[in-house]
Formats: sequence, structure tokens, C-alpha cells
Amino acid sequence: MSQPEHSGMPEHDHADHADHADHADHDLARAEHDHADHGGDNCQEAIAELYSFLDGHLTEAKRRDISQHLDDCSPCLEAFEFETELRAVVSHRCQEQVPEALRRKVADLLAGAASEPNPTTLADH
Amino acid sequence: MADQATFAEQAMPFMDGLYAAALRMTRNAADAEDLVQDTYLRAYRGFGGFEQGTNLKAWLYRILTNAFINSYRSKKRRPDETELDEGEDLYLFRRLGGLEAAAMGRSAEDELMDLLSESEVKDALESLPESFRMVVLLADVEGFQYKEIADILDIPIGTVMSRLHRGRKALQKRLYEFASQRNLVGASATRGAPGITDTVESQT
Repeated sequence: MSQPEHSGMPEHDHADHADHADHADHDLARAEHDHADHGGDNCQEAIAELYSFLDGHLTEAKRRDISQHLDDCSPCLEAFEFETELRAVVSHRCQEQVPEALRRKVADLLAGAASEPNPTTLADH
Repeated sequence: MADQATFAEQAMPFMDGLYAAALRMTRNAADAEDLVQDTYLRAYRGFGGFEQGTNLKAWLYRILTNAFINSYRSKKRRPDETELDEGEDLYLFRRLGGLEAAAMGRSAEDELMDLLSESEVKDALESLPESFRMVVLLADVEGFQYKEIADILDIPIGTVMSRLHRGRKALQKRLYEFASQRNLVGASATRGAPGITDTVESQT
């Protein structure tokens, strides 16, 4: 597995981000300097609220603030997108299909329970 | 009040998800199958108490979770908050963020799919202490909201949030450890193998 030489979103490909293998730290640090008008606190705040943002658990005002920051700060945007994609991969990897035998067994149990006048007799089989 | 006659029709579509959750909880296929059967029987019997129009999926997961806690989980359990090995924020992004390989036109998701095999993701999740594993599973695999998870597990929303935050960080660290172990093993095996590369080189 080789380390790619550069990074960056295709649509936000800032040339000055290109040469850092450990770009995430560099980019985030740089973003804190680059966005002097906002102040580096914005990056820290965005990262601190990352999960609440992705989980849809922020007030509308807060959500808008962070959304605005992500429009202005491609390193933070990249971090947010990475987390979103990671979550999709974790979820995808953990999907299962019920074995057919189990599905039939449960269906039979429920059909049996339905035809029993007193379902509690099924409690201890 | 819900009619038991419609139970199977309403509840059977959730079985794949319930089975997946049962597997991650019990970490054992035989127990997971028993737990799913048990859950459906308990839910069937209790269906009269389910209010139609409310959240059936969350109701079923609550029954699954309670059945697991009462009947399946290991009896001698230590308080597990102290055992959590957390990474820092953005643990994986700081290490793998460069793999997006934009030049190759592949998405980060494709890269992560290659990097994190099915067994590694499952093993990493199953390696988390139970109280963290449950919230991460319910949020990130089953897609429940904080409030739903709080109801399913009978814990406050603040506890859901803090366990989720710490659990996700710990999961990232495990994922990184598992993925780099495999890649180190893979790399040395390729380098050490005589075979194909040597043959090709000797011919040129």
C-alpha cells in the first residue's frame, strides 16, 4: 500500500496543500492561520461539533455557523466528508442477512403462536 | 392497541437488522439466532402494548437489547468505562485522510472499503466494551437518533452522546490497528515471496 503524494478534494484542490503526506495536521493548522478573519477557533469548534453536526443534533443557528465554516475551509470540509464516508463504510461492513433457516423458524414460531389459544405455553420450549 | 395478527407482517422486515445487531452484541452466531427468536416471541406476546403509529423499529430493538442484557450477556462484567482505549479526535482522518487519491478518481469511500475489510470492521466494533459498543452499533450501523437510543437503552441523552463520542474514537483507533496489522503482514509476505516477481525479472 503506497501513500499518495497529495491530497485535497477534487473540486477544492488548493495547490499549497499538495506536498504534505501528513497533510491533515498541516492543513488544519494552516486553516487556523489562513482564516484569520474567522479565527482558528472556528476550526476547533467545527471539529468539536463534528458528531453533533453529522448526527443532526445541533440548533439551526449552530448548524448554519458550521455549514458556513465548511464552505470557507476545505480542510475541515475534507475531515467532515471523511467521517461521513467512514460511517457509511462501517455501516455497510456490518450488514448481515438472516440465514434462511432462522427466518423460517421465526415465521413458524409466530404462526404457531398465532394458532395457540394461550401463547404463553410457548414461553418454555 | 396493536393487533397481533398483523405482527409478523409488520415486524419480519426488521429481521436482517435485528440479526446484525444480535451478532455484534453476542459475538456468536448461535446466541444471535437464539436472541432473535427470543426477541420475536417476546415482541409478539407484548404487541398488544405497542401503540400503532409509534416507532416499531425502536420498540423491537428495545426488546432485543433487554433480552440480551437479561439473558445473554456475560454475568461477570467489570465496569467497562475504564477499559476504553480512545484515540484523539479525527484519529483515522489524520492517518488515512491522504488516501482519498483524488488523482485516481476514486472516492474516499472506495478507498476505505478496500482498506477496512468486513471482518476487521466487525472485529473492531465487537472489541469495544459493551456500553460503548451498543451506542455505536445503534447510531452508526442501525441509524438511530440520540433520543431513540436513549429510549432503547434507558439512559439519558447526555450519556448517549458521551458514550458515542468516546466509542467512535475508540473504534477508529481499533480500525487503524487492525488495518495496519493486516497491511504490514501483507507487505512483508509479498516482499518475502520468491515466485512471480523473480520469474518475470529473470526473463527480462
